[in-house]
Amino acid sequence: MGNLVSRREFLKLTGGAAAGAAALPTNAEAASEADAGSTVLPYKAKVVGKAASLGVDQVVNFTFPDASSPCALLKMGRPVPAGVGPGQDIVAYSTLCTHMGCPVSYDSAERVFRCPCHFSIFDAEKSGEMVCGQATENLPRIVLRYNAHDDSVTAVSIVGLLYGRQSNIL
Amino acid sequence: MSTNEDRVALPPVNAQRTNLTCHFCIVGCGYHVYKWDADAEGGRAPHQNALGLDFRKQLPPLATTMTPAMTNVITGRDGRRYNIMIVPDKGCSVNQGLSSTRGGRLATVMYTDDGVGKERLRNPRVYAGDSWFDTSWDDALALYCGVAKKILDSDGPPGLVFDCFDHGGAGGGFENTWGTGKLMFTALKTPMVRIHNRPAYNSECHATREMGIGELNNSYEDAELADVIMAIGTNSYETQTNYFLAHWVPNLQGGTVDKKKKWFPGETASRGRIIFVDPRRTPTIAVAEQVAGKDNVLHLDIEPGTDIALFNALFTHVIDQGWHDKDFIAQYTRDFDVAVKANSLSLDEASRITGVPAAKIRQAAEWAYAPKPSGHRTRTMHAYEKGIIWGNDNYLIQSALVDVVLATRNVGRRGTGVVRMGGHQEGYTRPPYPGDTKIYIDQEIIQGRGLMYTAWGANPFQTTLNAEQHRGAILRRAGIVREAIAKTRGAPNAERVEAIYDAVKNKGGLFVASINLYPTALAQAAHVLLPSAHPGETNLTSMNGERRCRLSEKFMDPPGVAMADCLIAARIANTLKDMYAAEGKADMAGRFGGFDWKTEEDAFDDGFRVAGTPGAPPIDSQGGNTGYLATYARLRAAGNNGVQLPIKEYKDGKLIGTEMLYTDGKFSTADGKAIFKPSPWPGLPQMVADQKAKHRFWVNNGRVNEVWQTGYHDMYNAFVRNRWPMAFIELNPDDARSLDVSSGDVVELFNDYGSTYAMAYLEPSIKKGQTFMQFGYWNGIAGDVVTPWTDRNIVPYYKGTWASIRRIGTVPDFKDMVSFKERRWA
Repeated sequence: MGNLVSRREFLKLTGGAAAGAAALPTNAEAASEADAGSTVLPYKAKVVGKAASLGVDQVVNFTFPDASSPCALLKMGRPVPAGVGPGQDIVAYSTLCTHMGCPVSYDSAERVFRCPCHFSIFDAEKSGEMVCGQATENLPRIVLRYNAHDDSVTAVSIVGLLYGRQSNIL
Repeated sequence: MSTNEDRVALPPVNAQRTNLTCHFCIVGCGYHVYKWDADAEGGRAPHQNALGLDFRKQLPPLATTMTPAMTNVITGRDGRRYNIMIVPDKGCSVNQGLSSTRGGRLATVMYTDDGVGKERLRNPRVYAGDSWFDTSWDDALALYCGVAKKILDSDGPPGLVFDCFDHGGAGGGFENTWGTGKLMFTALKTPMVRIHNRPAYNSECHATREMGIGELNNSYEDAELADVIMAIGTNSYETQTNYFLAHWVPNLQGGTVDKKKKWFPGETASRGRIIFVDPRRTPTIAVAEQVAGKDNVLHLDIEPGTDIALFNALFTHVIDQGWHDKDFIAQYTRDFDVAVKANSLSLDEASRITGVPAAKIRQAAEWAYAPKPSGHRTRTMHAYEKGIIWGNDNYLIQSALVDVVLATRNVGRRGTGVVRMGGHQEGYTRPPYPGDTKIYIDQEIIQGRGLMYTAWGANPFQTTLNAEQHRGAILRRAGIVREAIAKTRGAPNAERVEAIYDAVKNKGGLFVASINLYPTALAQAAHVLLPSAHPGETNLTSMNGERRCRLSEKFMDPPGVAMADCLIAARIANTLKDMYAAEGKADMAGRFGGFDWKTEEDAFDDGFRVAGTPGAPPIDSQGGNTGYLATYARLRAAGNNGVQLPIKEYKDGKLIGTEMLYTDGKFSTADGKAIFKPSPWPGLPQMVADQKAKHRFWVNNGRVNEVWQTGYHDMYNAFVRNRWPMAFIELNPDDARSLDVSSGDVVELFNDYGSTYAMAYLEPSIKKGQTFMQFGYWNGIAGDVVTPWTDRNIVPYYKGTWASIRRIGTVPDFKDMVSFKERRWA
């Protein structure tokens, strides 16, 4: 009774995408260990889009640091904390709720991410801060780097632990 | 060290596992504590970690709740470091694996010397000169007990004033209510005691108890079985989170229809409906609409303080329609006619008073009290909390509510109940209070009476009513003592005691001690601070809102020389005993006997397990007369499901408890009959009405999801502090515009009783002329503008005050850091 959304409902809710994602092969065996002395997990940087191609409030889905970690790239249209790009307005987050891993969806009217399982809400404009809800962590924020030469946006690391993992690098 | 918190250590399969009941609300969710050497980690394969989960790949949703906040690294008194992980217990019937945003941080708040708990008191402290100094227990108690003894000998017990917890969970538990109670009531014999959240020694539930109905009379499972839940002044998603999520929501979603059919054959069974009585559209209402559908949610948004009129109209309408249970009323109750006569109120008149359309009140009555299509009586559970407890007025609202409940027999049947939702857990076992009147302690202090004040697990500076006046009196009077102490440089404690006594006896001073986890705001006034412990650092038993008693097991030492409150009480008693023995006063030494406790279990065995046994002294205990059946060993074996008090028997190695009270129609009165009470609508108290006439905004106030109590832990936790750097106040956007205020601005609230600051948070669903302010916070104190009005039992009307508001200015930090997005699910 504790799980408010049954697995069946959950699959319906995500169109089965999450089940597919969870079943994808992982790079657990392939992951290299962090170098001694490093304070950052060995994330492999990944280009996730071009700034000019992003529309305000238009979610671009991508995965990082591997195929089973869904994320959302967003252009807010005004500068926000940790925003990158020409307008310092591009941010990205994991879309698995930090509470129990249900997929959050973006509400462009309020500019928040909402979790349907236990009703947690995260602010896309305030570094994923929990607005209300039952999580103990804000939404993990994907650290982005912007390259003005080719207008690319690259995911480089993550602030916060992804749901359902002991380490963000499997 | 990585500061991204992007990995955690897993418990190895051989990690120690103990049980812990969350102490951050009444619900008492079950958690498992894993503890293991900090130099070891469990592996990612399911057979390599104690969670049994496969972390070699991404876990699917709802598979676990395990976050960095659920981990920590602690250091034992032996200097060894340990990892801890505290995760919700899927086998606990209360939370079923769910964790709330508060309980999910149980590990975070455990003491480490550089973590959230770093400001914890490790040692007793005394104030001397102009500073705090750490000292030994012996030195601190020589002073504390020296002053207490001097006052006791010279002025008698009424000079000794206490503000002490009376509950379960952190800063409570059966062990600690007993230890403190035995000290205050049996040894010191002082009646000058108030309770942590109210200004007298009283109940929050006088009316329902006098009517024969204890306020915790059903099980959480009954919320799954109810046809209708009427939620009165309770914001459960935020304040009884997992009770709401694990037991109410499934009913509202229709997930318990099969269970209802099985339990109640032949009865109409359908998806549960819910009626909210609350002036404010709470986050809970928004969630309820999402899960139940708007057609199954009714919100009676009454004018502040008009609950009595609403329930009287429901009562009158029920009788007019003939929906009352005449046989039950005749056989099991008394004074029905008295209530019928006194409470008579038409729907139209109630509509005029409450502001709720008569048709809406009628609809609520039809949902809750009309017979079901199958002809059976509707099973309606009535759940109430601070909207009534801190309402206008506590005694009469409870009377009016329980009258409706009794008339419709919505108590003692499964799927019903008229219950407090509760704040903290319960855990009361004490000798009888040594007095026959209720003393308004705050007024005694303000008027200069009382000589020594001990705040024990209590913070009246942030939480009492009329708080500015009360705080001002204590600070002023304590300052007189601080001046006296400053002049005793180099003096031994005996001389210092004399100087302090002179200051309190002859100069209007007040000697102040605070016994708590942290220095708290009381450190502004106090002269002695004594360090206490909380669950996990001490074994502790409490019961939740369905009377479920569990043993929270100790898994680490308290910081420094801190100790459980019951053992502090024992140490105080034993110090006084030795002082009297040294003077040859055997009779007084005898009064302080019976505290030979080495552990908290000794205190449990001395109080909870003695109550009601042959030859025992009178003890008021929520364990009743069968507490002796419980032992630490039996409770430990019962795990996170524990046993629902009162215990019926111990059979086949198990404690058998009581799921629901009053199923036999025999109530808690002398003759077993429940009693109807008259509760005519009284209007607003004059003192409150005067503020309403002078000031524009109603200052509703209460708790918020992320913060527990005064924020005693949370004020040091960045996750919470960044969200709520200051007490927020929800304002109607049009009102805010007229005040030139936007979200993140700081405003001042002020009225005839005081003023305070708050952080503006614009909220469209707040009505014009109304506000909602976070209560009891460390930065912005709602109680500063609450009037000193109380009901006949000295229960405050915290929710009832009006104030003016003006803009102070902008704190850029708040605007940058804090989200001001809509908190209600939309």
